[in-house]
Amino acid sequence: MLKKSKLHGEFFMQGDIACAEGAIAAGCRFFGGYPITPASEIAERMSYRLPMLDGVFVQFEDEIASITSILGASWAGMKSMTATSGPGWSLMNENIGLGMMMETPCVLINVQRGSPSTGLPTSWGQSDMMQAKWGSHGDYGSISLCPKSPQEFFDLTIVAFNYSEKYRLPVFILTDAIVGHMTEKVIIPPVDELEIIERKYTTKKPGEYLPYKVEKDMVPDFAKAGDGYRYHTTGLTHDERGYPVMTEECQWKCVPRLVEKITKNADNIILLEERDVEDADVVVVAYGITARTVVPAIEAAKKKGIKVGLLRLITVWPFPEKRIKELAQKVKGFVVPELNLGQIVLEVERCSAKYVTTKSITHPGGGIHKIENIVKAIEKVAYE
Amino acid sequence: MKEQKIKISGFGGQGVILSAYIIGKAASIYDKKNASMTQAYGPEARGGACSSQVVISPKEVDYPLVDNADVLIALSQEGYDKFISILKKDGILLYDSDLVENLKHSSKIKSNPIPATRVAEELGNKIVANVVMMGFFTAVAKMVSIEAMKQSIQESVPSKYTELNMRAFDKGYNYIKNLK
Amino acid sequence: MNKNIQVKKEIYHPMEDILRMDRMPHIWCPGCGLGSDVVAFAQGIKKANIPFDKVVIVSGIGCTGRVAGYLRLDSYHTTHGRAIPFATGLKLANRELTVVVFSGDGDLFAIGGNHLIHAARRNVDINVICVNNFIYGMTGGQNAPTTPLGAYSSTAPYGNFEPPFNLVGLAAASGATYVARWTSIHIRRLADSIATAAKKKGFCFIEIVTPCATVFARKNKGGTGLDLLSEFKNRSVINHSADPTKIPLDMEGEIVCGEFVNEEKPTFWENVKEGIREKVEKKVDWEKMQSKRKRKLYAESSDDLS
Repeated sequence: MLKKSKLHGEFFMQGDIACAEGAIAAGCRFFGGYPITPASEIAERMSYRLPMLDGVFVQFEDEIASITSILGASWAGMKSMTATSGPGWSLMNENIGLGMMMETPCVLINVQRGSPSTGLPTSWGQSDMMQAKWGSHGDYGSISLCPKSPQEFFDLTIVAFNYSEKYRLPVFILTDAIVGHMTEKVIIPPVDELEIIERKYTTKKPGEYLPYKVEKDMVPDFAKAGDGYRYHTTGLTHDERGYPVMTEECQWKCVPRLVEKITKNADNIILLEERDVEDADVVVVAYGITARTVVPAIEAAKKKGIKVGLLRLITVWPFPEKRIKELAQKVKGFVVPELNLGQIVLEVERCSAKYVTTKSITHPGGGIHKIENIVKAIEKVAYE
Repeated sequence: MKEQKIKISGFGGQGVILSAYIIGKAASIYDKKNASMTQAYGPEARGGACSSQVVISPKEVDYPLVDNADVLIALSQEGYDKFISILKKDGILLYDSDLVENLKHSSKIKSNPIPATRVAEELGNKIVANVVMMGFFTAVAKMVSIEAMKQSIQESVPSKYTELNMRAFDKGYNYIKNLK
Repeated sequence: MNKNIQVKKEIYHPMEDILRMDRMPHIWCPGCGLGSDVVAFAQGIKKANIPFDKVVIVSGIGCTGRVAGYLRLDSYHTTHGRAIPFATGLKLANRELTVVVFSGDGDLFAIGGNHLIHAARRNVDINVICVNNFIYGMTGGQNAPTTPLGAYSSTAPYGNFEPPFNLVGLAAASGATYVARWTSIHIRRLADSIATAAKKKGFCFIEIVTPCATVFARKNKGGTGLDLLSEFKNRSVINHSADPTKIPLDMEGEIVCGEFVNEEKPTFWENVKEGIREKVEKKVDWEKMQSKRKRKLYAESSDDLS
C-alpha cells in the first residue's frame, strides 16, 4: 500500500482542489466524472490523487454514467463522489432519484455557474438551489450544503460524506464558480483528528437480513455486494425485502420515510452561521459566496444606524425553517440576496410571511450584487 | 495594516493567475496573513484577456473581489485599459512599459513602469516576465515580505527553473534601485 | 402478477438455489423466452463454478429489466439504460465480484447505447447479456433500435423504415473481448457461453434472440411463442467464424449464431494498474519530494506554471 499519500498541513489551495482533498480525507476512493467548467479541477485532482490511494478514477462518457457509477461503487462498499455544474446536474437528476430510492450513500458536488442552458460557463451563479431540491421526480428528503470558502469546501465535503453515510442518501454540495476557483489558506488536519462517520453495516446473518427494514432509527442497515446476503434492491416502490410491490400501501410505507428521515433529523443536519442576528431589525439571509459579497453592504447599513445581522445558511436543504420562523417574530424583515432570480427567498417567504415582509434581491449571475442595491433594500425593510 | 487589494491583468499564458497565486501564497502561508485569490478568464487557453486578484488582510477576508484596487499590475494594453478605472485615485500602478504604451491615468496615481518582458528575454526566457514583475511589485508595493515571495516562488515553479526564476525576481526587485 | 396463483412449497424447481422462489410466479407472459434465458444463465453460472455470493446482477428497465428481481443473487434493478455504468461502479469498487448486466435491446442499445460502446471500448471486466426481442415489450410493443425493417410495432403502424442495429457487430466493433449470439432455443450452448463469459476477463457480450409472443409476434403474425421458437430453430445457423459485423438480423433470413469474438486483451483495471502504477509510486515517494520540490502535491493554480 502506498503510504503517506494523505495530505495534512497548511496550504494555499483552490476551492475545487480542497473539495477533492476533503473527499479523500473522508475516505472517498471512487470518483466517476465528466469534464465541465467550473468543476473540472475536482476531477483532475481526483485523477491525480486516487491512484496514489489505490482508489478508482473513471472519466465517463457523460454525467448520467458518472452518477450511476458512483451508486454502483457505493453498493460495493466504496465511498464515492462525482462533481459537475448546472448542465451536468440536469442530466444526473433521474439517477439522483435512483440513489434516493435505493438509499445509496454518495456525494455530489455542483459548482454552479450562470444558467439556464449553457449560460455562463466560466462565470458565477447560484442557479441550481431549487433544482437540487426538486430536480428528480417525486418526493425525497435531501441535504444540500453551501461552502463559502476553500477551507469550508474541504470541511463540508467531509460533512457531506458523514451525512450520506449516516442517513444513507446522496448528499449535495452546492457551491459556485467563485468558491470553486478561489484560492485561500486551507488547513488540513491529520486524518486521525477528523470525525469520519461510516455507514451502519448489518450484523444480521444472511437469511435474517431485510435490506429495507428499519429498526431504531429511520435508516436501514446496509449490506454490500458480495457479502453473501444476496439481497435485491430496485428503483421501484419496494417493501422491506427490497422487492417491488405496486400497491398504495407499500408506497405509503416506502416514500414518506425517505422524506422523514431527513426532516425529523433536521436539527442534527442544519448548520448556520449568525452574525449580529440576536438584536437585529433586519436579517440578511445569504449562502455561499453571496454571504461574503454582502458584507460591505451590511457594514454600510450599520454605519447608517440600522441594526442588521447576517444569517448564513451553511445547510440550505433541509431548509432551516424553525430558525427563520423564530426570527420572523422578532425582526422587521428579511433581505435575501442570491445569484439567481429568486429561489431560496421563496422558502424564507414561506416561513416568515405571517409576520414580516421579505425582500428578494436577485441577480441572474455573471457578476455579483451592487452593494448600494443591498443597502437600499436593507433600509427599505428597516424603515417601512 | 489595512486590507490591500491587488489586481493583475494581461493575456492568458502570461502567468497572470500564477502571479496572483504566488502573492497570495506568500501573504497567507509565509507572512501568516489572510489572502484570498480569485480569477477571471475567457474560454481561450491562450491569448484571451485574463485577470486575477488578491485581497490581503490581517483578518479573515469577507469580500474577495477587487473592484477598488490598491495596486494594478498591467501586463498588456488591454489589461490596462480594462482595469485602470478600478485603481484607487492614489493607487499604485505597475506595468510592462513595452506592452502598455498608451497611458491615460491621472498624475495622482503612482506610476511604475518596468520593461519586464525585455528584462526576462535578457535573462534568456521571456516566460519569467511575470516573475520579474513580482520582484518589482515586492520592492514597490511593500505589501508582502521578500522572504515570503521568494519562498512562494520556489514552491510554485518546477525545480529546474528555480534558479532562473530567482534571478528574474532579483532583477525585478532591484530594478527600482538601479533606476535611482 | 396474479395473486390467486399460489406456488406450492413442495414444487421443486431445479434452479431453486439461484432463483427467488418467493417471487414466483414471475410477470412474464406465457410463451415469452425470458424464462428459458434465465434458466440458461443459472446453468451457466453453475457451470462456471463461481460462488453465488460473488455473482452480482444488474438490470435496467423493461421486461428483461425484471431479471435482477428473480435471481437470488445480490441484484440491482436500476434505471432505464443505466445498468452498465452502475455495474462498472460495482465491479471497479470490488474487483472480486463477477458482475453481470442482464437487460433488453431497447435498454442497452437505445437509451443506454452510449454506455455500451464506451464500456466495451474501456474493456471493463463485466458481462452484458442482451435479450433481443426486437421490440419494447413492457410498454406495449413500440419500435426498438432492433426492430427489423418492415416489421410492425405500435409506433410503426405502417411498418418500420429505420434500419436496425446489428448488436453483435456493434459490440465487436466497440472492442468487446467476447461476443456471441444465441436464441432462446439454444439453451445448452447459451449456458456454455454464459459460463465462458463469467470466467473470462474483459467486456463480454452475449445476444439472446428471444421470442416475444405477446407483442412482437402478434403485430407481425408470428404465432405463439412456440411457433417463434421453431422459426428460430429453422432459421438459425451456427457459424463461429462468421464476421459479427456482417450478420444483421431481419424478418426472414438466417439467424447466424455462434461465438464470434473470443480474444485476450488487458482490462480497464489492468491498464490502470500496469499503465500508471510505476509513475504513481514515483510521485508518492514523499520523502524524496520533501527534499526536492513539494510543488505537485501542494495546491496548484489552474494556470500553467512558468
